[in-house]
Amino acid sequence: MTAFASSKDLDAYREKVVKSRPKGRREIAVCAGTGCKAFGSFRLLDAFRDELAVQGLDKKIVLRPTGCHGFCERGPLVLFFPEETLYQRVKPADVKEIVERTVKKGEVLERLLVEDPATGKKFRTEKEVPFYKHQRRLVLKNNGLINPNTIDDYIAIGGYSALAKALMMGPEAVLAEVKKADLRGRGGAGFPAGKKWEVCRSQPGDTKYIVCNADEGDPGAFMDRSVIEGNPHSVIEGMIIGAFAMGAHEGFVYVRQEYPLAVERLVLALLHAREHGLLGKGILGSGFAFDIKVKRGGGAFVCGEESALIASIEGRRGVPRRRPPYPAVSGLWGKPTNINNVETWANVPLIVGNGADWFRGIGTDGSKGTKIFSLVGKVNNTGLVEVPMGMTLREVIFDIGGGIPKGKKFKAVQTGGPSGGCLPESKLDIPVDFDTLVREGAMMGSGGMIVMDENTCMLDVARYFLGFLKSESCGNCTSCRDGLMRLHALVADICEGRGTEQKLALVEELAATVKASSLCALGGTSVNPVQSTIRHFRDEYMAHIRDRKCPAHVCKALITYSVNEKCNGCHVCARQCPQKCIAGEMKGMHTIDQQKCIKCGICNDVCRFDSISVA
Amino acid sequence: MSIRLTIDDVEVKAEPGEYVLAVARREGFAIPSLCHHESVAPIGACRVCLVQVTFGGKTTLSTSCNMLAEEGLQVVTDTPEVRAHRAMNLELLLARAPGSARVREMARQYGVTRTRFPQVAESALANCILCELCMRVCSRLGHDALSAIGRGDKKRIGPPFGTPSERCVGCASCRSVCPTACVFVRDTATSRTIWGKTFEFVLCKNCGAPVLTREHRQHALAHAGLPEDYYDVCEPCKQADAAGRFANVVW
Repeated sequence: MTAFASSKDLDAYREKVVKSRPKGRREIAVCAGTGCKAFGSFRLLDAFRDELAVQGLDKKIVLRPTGCHGFCERGPLVLFFPEETLYQRVKPADVKEIVERTVKKGEVLERLLVEDPATGKKFRTEKEVPFYKHQRRLVLKNNGLINPNTIDDYIAIGGYSALAKALMMGPEAVLAEVKKADLRGRGGAGFPAGKKWEVCRSQPGDTKYIVCNADEGDPGAFMDRSVIEGNPHSVIEGMIIGAFAMGAHEGFVYVRQEYPLAVERLVLALLHAREHGLLGKGILGSGFAFDIKVKRGGGAFVCGEESALIASIEGRRGVPRRRPPYPAVSGLWGKPTNINNVETWANVPLIVGNGADWFRGIGTDGSKGTKIFSLVGKVNNTGLVEVPMGMTLREVIFDIGGGIPKGKKFKAVQTGGPSGGCLPESKLDIPVDFDTLVREGAMMGSGGMIVMDENTCMLDVARYFLGFLKSESCGNCTSCRDGLMRLHALVADICEGRGTEQKLALVEELAATVKASSLCALGGTSVNPVQSTIRHFRDEYMAHIRDRKCPAHVCKALITYSVNEKCNGCHVCARQCPQKCIAGEMKGMHTIDQQKCIKCGICNDVCRFDSISVA
Repeated sequence: MSIRLTIDDVEVKAEPGEYVLAVARREGFAIPSLCHHESVAPIGACRVCLVQVTFGGKTTLSTSCNMLAEEGLQVVTDTPEVRAHRAMNLELLLARAPGSARVREMARQYGVTRTRFPQVAESALANCILCELCMRVCSRLGHDALSAIGRGDKKRIGPPFGTPSERCVGCASCRSVCPTACVFVRDTATSRTIWGKTFEFVLCKNCGAPVLTREHRQHALAHAGLPEDYYDVCEPCKQADAAGRFANVVW
């Protein structure tokens, strides 16, 4: 493979690739993202490959492993082109029939289509599925179309043309464009990327670094992982453009070792980019030199904080330091360093390619563009959701997410990861943008969105996140390390029936100190889950304390299971009880021995006559 | 002195690169601290030196030990909010180091006479407040025999990998800077045990008293370019000898 010596070479290569792929040719795209992989999509790919070979179609039909389509809960997902038919939950056993009917004859197998759980309506293409219909996919747009393991697919859809354009524009013009676009950092704080770039660019000296923060550590968040796994070149292209604008010649991607597939695809993509002269010396024949190294992190949540991330890349313990000086002034090895998150970098080629005005046309006044959320929890359609900034929480959760499963009631949504906040139903109509969420005591964070239903105890949620953060604090500051440890113990006390109003007051007092006196953003935001649940769900705290009751029936110490008069003595619960503490004659009323009961809830789950009462 | 800032409404001057705590102490303002030592870089661990700072129209709380003095910075060392958060941090520390007279006294000054938190039980080192001063000083001296292990509430200080460090020379500098005096050192007439390792003392040729450990002697001679016999005699004997010779000359 010869390297492109100019952007003309790139264009010629693109033309060649596109020409070799006639429009309307038959393709099978199988999602090979981590979610679908877990559902067996690699086995499915093998099955398709074998079946196509058996039927003698392997030369005629293109089988393409792709990146994450976002609708992970329905995986493995398979798309058929040119009809764009979408099949969900495809198994290797379905492959023979699919090849014979869908691939050969263009028939649609109804049973594999996505179905609306509420109405039973079936949808043939992605565009019709409500989960996709209400989204605006820019960053994720090509995830389902390209094979992340080859650079040709990315180039064919116009990849690296934004880089060619940037090299023509010159660094000042690129910076001006990104500034004009008002791109705000997608990693959490929402700091304007252009401003950060400008500071970094204006620093004296020739050695500057840029870093892609792929240390996505929030429980339940996987958007950065999916972008790297599905479209690694978009991130690389964004980084090259950024490096060009800032005058950096070396870049790092800090990605956690727990993302093996992301690391694998990224390393391969970097290799391909280097082979094609898109990284290295004289990129696309220009005088600009830049290369990227992959740094694998050990999976400490705090290393997503930029100063801790820098320490980790330098080989030191991942502990944040006081800012300023900001990394843009003094970062890696004391040199000006610009750090942006994966999604921010992936937006850069879109902005340079389509222009700042186009980008500004999407979103709200203060927050431009789209944001990817990982919509998880008690919601019908879980997965990755990319929406324009300013969409309401209600639209995201109900229109795209399809509402709460099993007809249960919505209770709260937690945005912004472990240090985000929980918002109640009364806040469902607020627009999702950086500033509104912070105003409401939550935050955008990197884009986690956890939906909770009526069976969720908000104290249990606060306890969970405090437990996560007390282990993930770096342990430097007294207030964060010991404060979170104590808050966790206090909330656990309340959950376990040892709550008092004094303890709740201490929780509030201590949370204020943790927030005000910790060094980094981890400590500063760590109390959001406990503060926001107290703010919006104080009644629930009081029920635990005063009445010794858990209204959501979650906190085991505060609930009892008993058998009510609906019991017909079927004995199923008694057989399933792991404690063997349910007694009763066949066809006679049963009783639970409260001394032995461990409140696992299995009796309630298996009873078909609604005869177990929880109180 | 090119930077001007105010501390409690008094205008003071500072050098670029000076930290607020250092400036304040030089100018006679009292700010409490536990994890600070002028010979090592600040890390802002104990959170007791919190002050209120106003800069660029924004007022926040910040630790003063690791905040650089800036032109136009306004520092207030004592506000109800500052006191409340210092008190809470001291209350947290009191539960870690109830045996430390210094922590108890500092807490008392903030009205904290007892802590509402149960004492930290699983701490590897009783009364350790995890300020890393021992480790920072050890590293500054070129030994690097200590490290922070684990993170969050599992963080502790000790020799790397939990085994006695081959780099430790038994100088006990860690002990001398520890704000809660929690580093355990056991000295006998001929040996010292520290961080799970036992060292033999070099004994004074004159009086037989311990001078320093053999490893410390080796390290000091190599790094300070001192004559081989520098540590043969202990400091008090050297002084007595010098005093005697001086007396002879004068008389």
